[in-house]
Amino acid sequence: MAETAEEALKIAQEINSDLMVVKAQVHAGGRGKGTFKNGFEGGVHLTKSAEDIGSIAGKMIGQTLVTKQTGEEGKLVRKVMVADAVDIKHEYYLAVLMDRETSRPVIVASTEGGMDIEEVAESSPEKILRVFIHPLAGLQAHQVRKLIVGLGLKGPAAKAFGKVLKNLYRLFASLDCDMVEINPLVETPDGEVLALDAKFGFDDNALYRHPEVEAYRDIEEEDPREVAAAEFDLSYIGLDGNIACLVNGAGLAMATMDAIKFSGGDPANFLDVGGGATEAQVKGAFNIIQSDPKVEAILINIFGGIMDCNVIAQGVVAAVKETGLKLPLVVRLEGNNVAAGRETLTASGLAITGADDLADAAKKAVAAV
Amino acid sequence: MSILVNEDTKVLVQGITGGFGGRHAGLSLDYGTALVAGVTPGKGGQNFEHGDHKVPVYDTVAEAMAETGATASAIFVPPPFAADAILEAVEAGVDLVVAITEGIPVMDMMRVKEIMKGSKTRLIGPNCPGIVTPGTGPDSTGGCRIGIAPGYIHKKGTVGVLSRSGTLTYEAVWQVTQLGYGQSTCVGIGGDPINGTSHLDVLKLFNDDPETEAIIMIGEIGGSAEEEAAEWAKEFCKKPIAGFIAGATAPPGRRMGHAGAIVSGGKGTAEAKKEAMADAGMVVAETPSGIGQALLDAWGK
Repeated sequence: MAETAEEALKIAQEINSDLMVVKAQVHAGGRGKGTFKNGFEGGVHLTKSAEDIGSIAGKMIGQTLVTKQTGEEGKLVRKVMVADAVDIKHEYYLAVLMDRETSRPVIVASTEGGMDIEEVAESSPEKILRVFIHPLAGLQAHQVRKLIVGLGLKGPAAKAFGKVLKNLYRLFASLDCDMVEINPLVETPDGEVLALDAKFGFDDNALYRHPEVEAYRDIEEEDPREVAAAEFDLSYIGLDGNIACLVNGAGLAMATMDAIKFSGGDPANFLDVGGGATEAQVKGAFNIIQSDPKVEAILINIFGGIMDCNVIAQGVVAAVKETGLKLPLVVRLEGNNVAAGRETLTASGLAITGADDLADAAKKAVAAV
Repeated sequence: MSILVNEDTKVLVQGITGGFGGRHAGLSLDYGTALVAGVTPGKGGQNFEHGDHKVPVYDTVAEAMAETGATASAIFVPPPFAADAILEAVEAGVDLVVAITEGIPVMDMMRVKEIMKGSKTRLIGPNCPGIVTPGTGPDSTGGCRIGIAPGYIHKKGTVGVLSRSGTLTYEAVWQVTQLGYGQSTCVGIGGDPINGTSHLDVLKLFNDDPETEAIIMIGEIGGSAEEEAAEWAKEFCKKPIAGFIAGATAPPGRRMGHAGAIVSGGKGTAEAKKEAMADAGMVVAETPSGIGQALLDAWGK
């Protein structure tokens, strides 16, 4: 792993093989077909000379790579991986996922490795093998054999594949993964089976029992607004629009985004302050929202079920005053003690637009930008 | 009639001595719920006091059931211990377990669901707002409230409400109440990818409940539970259904707050769910503000 072109060159000189590979390291797939914003093509390159590795790494590190999965803004490449290239007899696809419909893990394997598996599933679904795993019994030997036969593996490669599969499933189950994917898993001419790339997804809810996984977290790969939101116990997802929203409850937050869109606007984010929003959370949310230069208006939608609407209203007023909010603010309050809450907003003398219901709030927010 | 619970259902709360569990146990008592016992390991023999209420606390669910005749349990136990708490209730033979806890690891729920197969216990949730069967008193008191929903937004009536999320359910319930109608029972099945009771399960219960005349079914992106329910409803549901799906504007591949709310590999989109529901004859609201009107349209009121 190299963080500079010089380091990459040095690693390549140490490997000193007749074919080497350099790969940009970002949390996104589709790197091979990606393009850097400096015009350089491809986040994965094969080359014969160590010098080339150095110069290619120089064109990747510090640059932004745009792939199918990163979106237009792309991902900044901070590291590249340099490795010896492997002779490949065949490329396979192998993954373990948590299947919602059956509430059990499923192993997905295909002889069509190295390419976009969703495209394979679309164009030739018969080439995708699926084996469901019993939640209590785990992976069985006959299931391993079934996949070996299904993929057409023979001899030492069959044995090596079985070992990889068993280890992969053990990893999936013991580390609370929601997905592990090896693409490609390659068979070499001498019967070795090697993972040339891998992607892991972990269950956030289980991280408390896996500090070793948490230690791998790379905050630089995450949206800084989402990291800041997590500190306030807010659930935030940045989007591309200009109307920010602040809502209690995930379902209502999604529905609020939908209502903005329905009224002809574009939501700037998903933001759930949770069931019991506090003044500190509202302030934190305002700061995050205002750090997004695209935001031109804010819509607050609170259904104060158990929460007292007046407490929320006081929190909003205090947060507006403290953060010096300049953006148009539309507030829709409903529920417990709503009359007092609305009164607090009116009495504050702040330029807050009240709304009768969510549709009204969305219309007013859209009109404000 | 109602589904799952009524004013006579005897309820126990696992985790009653915790801050969150205690607060909502108090609100359930205020609502008139027959909350007869609490369970917190190591605190057996104490009492949970709220106003004039004195609820005995037991060390185990089995003891609490034997002493009080409770048949339903609300789970407010922190995530690392929640799966065990659910299984304790299942083993003790509780009829209904409502798991409010948010943040239970998926692997834990996978095992719980498998172990529960063949048991007589029904699990609602986890990560859900719970169940309310409104009563006939002021602000709908005198009913049964298990979980965290605000009681006063309800009204005794004939509309069955079924949803994954909390505040979005309250939004729908409130609209029904504002329109002058009421609810038979409101069920929040939770926002996790693996849950105990599906949209379809609840739809069947409402369909069989003579008191329920119309149904509101609210879903969100992710999974295919809404499509399954719609497919069944198309052929078998005898009652008018209004629907709503949240998350039409959610970007693919991102979890929208709820662990289960994610569009992945082009599956679980709001569009596909709405289509399936409309195809089943449901009236699907475009925005949450339109849920009440969609109900009236479906119901012919």
